Amino acid sequence: MDVLIYLIPIALTLGVLGLGAFFWALKTGQFEDMDKEAHRIVAQEEDTP
Amino acid sequence: MANLSAVDLSPFVFSTDAQHHRMHLLVDGIRCAKCVFQIENTLNQQPHVNAKLTMSTRRLVVEWQGDAARGNDLAHQLHSMGYATKPFESVLADETDQSHEKFLLRCMTVAGFASGNMMLLSVALWTTTAAEMGEATRALMHWVSALIALPTVLYAGRPFYQSAWAALKNKRTNMDVPISVALVLTSAMSVFEILHHGQHAYFDSVVMLVFLLLIGRYLDQRVRGKARAAAESLLQMLSGTATVISHGVHQLLPIRQLQEGMMLHVAAGEKIAADGVVEEGASQLDASLLTGESHYQDIEAGSAVVGGMINLSAPIVVRVTKATDDSLLAQVVRLMEKAEQGNAHYVRLADKIARYYTPVVHVLALATFLGWVFAGMAWQQALLIAATVLIITCPCALGLAVPVVQVVASTQLFKRGILLKSGDALERLATITKVFFDKTGTLTLGQPALQNRADIPPDRLLLAAAMARHSQHPLSQALHAFDGGAHQKISVTEHQGLGLQAVIDGRIVKLGSRKFCQITAEADQKLELWLTQEGAPPQRLIFADHLRPDAAATCYHLTAEKLSPALLSGDRQSVVARTAADVGIDDYAAELTPLHKVEKIEACHRRGEKTLMVGDGLNDAAALTAAFVSMSPATALDITQNAADIVFQGQSLSAVTVALHVARRAQALVKQNFVISLAYNMLAVPLAMAGQVTPLVAAVAMAASSIAVVLNAQRLKVQQSWMC
Repeated sequence: MDVLIYLIPIALTLGVLGLGAFFWALKTGQFEDMDKEAHRIVAQEEDTP
Repeated sequence: MANLSAVDLSPFVFSTDAQHHRMHLLVDGIRCAKCVFQIENTLNQQPHVNAKLTMSTRRLVVEWQGDAARGNDLAHQLHSMGYATKPFESVLADETDQSHEKFLLRCMTVAGFASGNMMLLSVALWTTTAAEMGEATRALMHWVSALIALPTVLYAGRPFYQSAWAALKNKRTNMDVPISVALVLTSAMSVFEILHHGQHAYFDSVVMLVFLLLIGRYLDQRVRGKARAAAESLLQMLSGTATVISHGVHQLLPIRQLQEGMMLHVAAGEKIAADGVVEEGASQLDASLLTGESHYQDIEAGSAVVGGMINLSAPIVVRVTKATDDSLLAQVVRLMEKAEQGNAHYVRLADKIARYYTPVVHVLALATFLGWVFAGMAWQQALLIAATVLIITCPCALGLAVPVVQVVASTQLFKRGILLKSGDALERLATITKVFFDKTGTLTLGQPALQNRADIPPDRLLLAAAMARHSQHPLSQALHAFDGGAHQKISVTEHQGLGLQAVIDGRIVKLGSRKFCQITAEADQKLELWLTQEGAPPQRLIFADHLRPDAAATCYHLTAEKLSPALLSGDRQSVVARTAADVGIDDYAAELTPLHKVEKIEACHRRGEKTLMVGDGLNDAAALTAAFVSMSPATALDITQNAADIVFQGQSLSAVTVALHVARRAQALVKQNFVISLAYNMLAVPLAMAGQVTPLVAAVAMAASSIAVVLNAQRLKVQQSWMC
């Protein structure tokens, strides 16, 4: 059972990292316009002047 | 055309300080993602400019540094790229809404993260006894649970605490009060338990409760946000701005600032912003949004016009004769404000229950504590039992009863293009006893359609459609559907307010009004276009506003349900009578002003009826506000959509009956849910008061009642699938 002492913190840390990544994505506005971002890969070429 | 570079947008610039400015614009003419990137790139290439355009709502937010007047240059750049922009007014309300949605999302993800981790620990804790696991391991798991749960309850519980606190401050209670108390108490008691090496902690219940409740809150907020955006994206001139000409310069002014004597420039397709007299130009006006009248009016210099009419064919200049406060439009707005005050604030069912539930539960807990103390028990133990009472009455199921049903119902409706704008609209809709309809645009489609197609030779119809391709006049638009791609290369000249002219195979072809085509036949009241071609007899095209395809069926259903549909219209008696007969409504009133419509509805309310108003015109806006609950089609004016509780898309009027059925079904499920959760409480509370509830029983019972409520709500989907 001693292994829990390592495993629980590791599991929690990974979870918190994921949560942090989501917060970052939210903060940088990546969920603001789902329609537009889906097209960005197509529009890239005409994008550059 | 207006010299757009000279339009002044400065009244719409928000300045955070002397250097930093921001402007919200609604951009017209965006067809695809390419437009979005082009606009963003062009603006962002300027120094110190940051532009962000949302594709779904067509809203552009531009921030820049430097001179506030740079806003005009940026807007001008968009104009020169071919995009029309309008300043966006209702920005503040919208931003609060969006930030609240984000706040809920953050809370929900934190709660979700915590629930996932808690589940891992809980499985071990609930399935294994202390003897198997070892005291030390169990203590470790309890402490890890506390480490996850306490910050989560603090962080993710904030929407509930805030709402509960706001309610208490106003000396009210709502569902969030018992939820908050339960969250805090359950956490506190769990901490107490693990400090005393107790067997069980309830951190998992707390975290799961927060998570489930937040899912409901977030989805609810999102659906409503979407509905509001759909209504607002149609924001047009009426609630916003007018183009004023002063000293030869065109300037955009908020409509509220219009003064008598100002000159308005009204482009073709724009709404006239204020009452006035035409100074220059001749055109046709569509007054249907204002009066429900389905005929177009010809106007020329000297004609009087009323704010809210749409200028159809040619730009005109209008001298304002009434300051905005006295205009018909302002009267409508005042009526709306009055109606809004008259409509007592509706108290939601859940809050009504909470009003009794909270005091009763807390009194019971107190009685339990005092009872056990007087019976001679140590106060710590008595407090523990009292806390169990509060926890077991933890309003998980009660708190979920409404939101889960609401989320299922609003997604079901959303899939059918029916958008709920206010959370309690469904509750109110379920109880209505009387339905009022507007005519033009509500029972009818509000757009003219070709009526005598069978009488027109196919080749002439194709020719007319090919010419009509070059015009945006409503009658031309009605012909667009018949365009087969013939005569691609003809050059058509538009004679503003008269018609279209082209030369085909050396012969002059005209499509337009009676006067333009020099027709001498006797005139009648019908909407018409004439097609003349040298060497061929003139062809008449007759148009009429058509009923929505299922208007009669919808009225029939409503009559069958004893909701006695009635027709309120501003149109002429004869037209209204015919429409009423067509859809099978006996009760109709014609030639009503907006005020009359409100009076009719209020008279109904005095008789104790609950009314549903369905309307789309500006003349309905006040009636919509006055009604107990209101619906409007998505083609309605923005001001009308804003007044309505429910907005529906598409041509089908059956949206009314669908919404009604879903609302009634949802309300029945909500009531069942309350019964389930109250029944659970009636069983559990006496046991808890007697000190007979073990923690495991409490946890299982709480979860079971929540699951029962959630599953019950899903029945709405099942019922739906066979209903239509």
